[in-house]
Amino acid sequence: MKNRKLLLENVHIPGIETFDVYRKNGGYRSVEKALNSMTPDEVVEEVKKSGLRGRGGAGFPTGMKWSFLAKPEGVPRYLVCNADESEPGTFKDRYLMEKIPHLLIEGMITSSYALGANTSYIYIRGEFMYILHILEKAIAEAYDKGFLGKNILGKGYDLDLFVVPGGGAYICGEETALLESLEGKRGNPRIKPPFPAVKGLWGCPTVVNNVESLAAVVPIINDGGDSYAAIGIGRSTGTKLISACGNLVKPGVYEIEMGLSVEEFIYGDDYCQGIANNKKLKACVPGGSSVPILPHYLVTKTVSGEDRLMSYESLADGGFVSGSMLGSGGFIIFDEDQCIVRNTWNFTRFYAHESCGQCSPCREGTGWMEKVLHRLENGHGNIRDIDLLAEINKKIEGNTICPLGDAAAWPVAAAIRHFRDEFEWHVTNKDEAITRNYGLSKEPLIA
Amino acid sequence: MKIESNSNQNTAEFKGFSKETLAKFDEIKNHFAAGKEKSAIIRMLHLAQSEIGWLSTEGMDELAKILNIQTIEVYEVATFYTMFHVNPVGKYVFEVCRTGPCMLVGSDKIIEYIEEKLNIKVGGTSADGAFTLKTVECLGACGYAPVLQCNYKFHENLTKEKVDELIEAYRSGIIEN
Repeated sequence: MKNRKLLLENVHIPGIETFDVYRKNGGYRSVEKALNSMTPDEVVEEVKKSGLRGRGGAGFPTGMKWSFLAKPEGVPRYLVCNADESEPGTFKDRYLMEKIPHLLIEGMITSSYALGANTSYIYIRGEFMYILHILEKAIAEAYDKGFLGKNILGKGYDLDLFVVPGGGAYICGEETALLESLEGKRGNPRIKPPFPAVKGLWGCPTVVNNVESLAAVVPIINDGGDSYAAIGIGRSTGTKLISACGNLVKPGVYEIEMGLSVEEFIYGDDYCQGIANNKKLKACVPGGSSVPILPHYLVTKTVSGEDRLMSYESLADGGFVSGSMLGSGGFIIFDEDQCIVRNTWNFTRFYAHESCGQCSPCREGTGWMEKVLHRLENGHGNIRDIDLLAEINKKIEGNTICPLGDAAAWPVAAAIRHFRDEFEWHVTNKDEAITRNYGLSKEPLIA
Repeated sequence: MKIESNSNQNTAEFKGFSKETLAKFDEIKNHFAAGKEKSAIIRMLHLAQSEIGWLSTEGMDELAKILNIQTIEVYEVATFYTMFHVNPVGKYVFEVCRTGPCMLVGSDKIIEYIEEKLNIKVGGTSADGAFTLKTVECLGACGYAPVLQCNYKFHENLTKEKVDELIEAYRSGIIEN
């Protein structure tokens, strides 16, 4: 299958991070097209037609999100780019911003015009400070060339764009926590409603979009929403950046057309080239640490035996019983030597560390699960601990202000669902479990 | 919150921020409309930490004055975000990622090796005050794991040999802060 690239096509051109080279290669056409020949609503309409879905993880249709934006008279509206990429396994936005910063800036100008925002912000995680400087340099160039500032392209549209760093908090990837942080506060998520589209930054209507979503607006406006929608499969339109990591021959960032088979992605020569060190595949977390883990027999095939594809629908085929989610595109591969109990403990420690502490089910629940998993992993577990985990899980899920609680609960539930034998083995073979790993899980006999 | 002010690292008396840093504060405040300058606080904390080496109470109090906000508004932010050191640290802070994707390719061994090499435990500072070792959650560089960050610089695809070279490079000043 021929793989079209819409975002990273020009990424290897020397100097593409500069305005001049970017412009020579077709850059900023979407801004010209939008400002010269389209109304803001027409831009929104194209994005709706494209079927673009939020690339940060939730997969909510971007055009629809835009259409919810309240437009009261005399109140400023804001576009905020979520560049707080912190979901374990995800490093695609970093790659895009570092290699081709003007693509994000162009997407933000076109999108800000569509939304009627005159001030926009890129909120980037503090660890990416060097990328903040790359972006600021590119923004200065765009001001210099008349694509930012007052009266852009002489069309009477004004836009200021700033980059704001975070300080190291996963929770700030949640849009309301991000807005709190952008207001100079602790990143505690807000109760919704009101949604940011009505009351966001400083109480004003705000749209928060992921880096990749805003970059995708560029090809959508250049070539039309219909043309974007023609790429991909079903309701998974366009291309997606996948950041592949773990035990792979060639980890890295790949732009794929939605609908590529998972088999091709893991083993294909153009992609990850298989499992590192000639090992066997044990499991896969296809969309960042928050999505359910899949055992080896459910990675390339769905439970009904169909080929598993890289798309929102196919990765979710089977629901949480035998499927997972495309999520952020953080694709993590585990080889046969990896311990699922250890990894589940590790991920849970992550959520326990990153819980903001507002809601007790999440604050206490993640810490409790972390302790239980730690004792299971280290040979002090009890067989009842496995059910205890499932029980704590149910008490977190759905009972918190933001989805961090769910994100912490799902991976544990899925790990127990698919790897219960391995958890039990950690209890029944304590000494052995410390010295070696369990190996591949047995494929259940499906009637 | 535990803020110590009697340690042997980076505890020279705080005498206010440099002219350059103050100018940067002004510039950053201008990214926000009048009355919304508090939004500049996180970036100002980064700059303050880079200048002082950590975030002393005196330094944070000065930021509160500059932004015309209560000191607690600065402390509560500084203690929420993990990149900020509210206790003194060494000149170079190795923040090694310990999350899943890094663990899958051996971050545990890298952490152990650095502990051994610098003769410290996670959270500790080497006797010469040069290095502090911390572990952090996902740094967003999973495809280049194992990874550590030292004062905003990423060091990727770590091996024991690379750790040796890195420590040497910092010690000899080849890599600047």
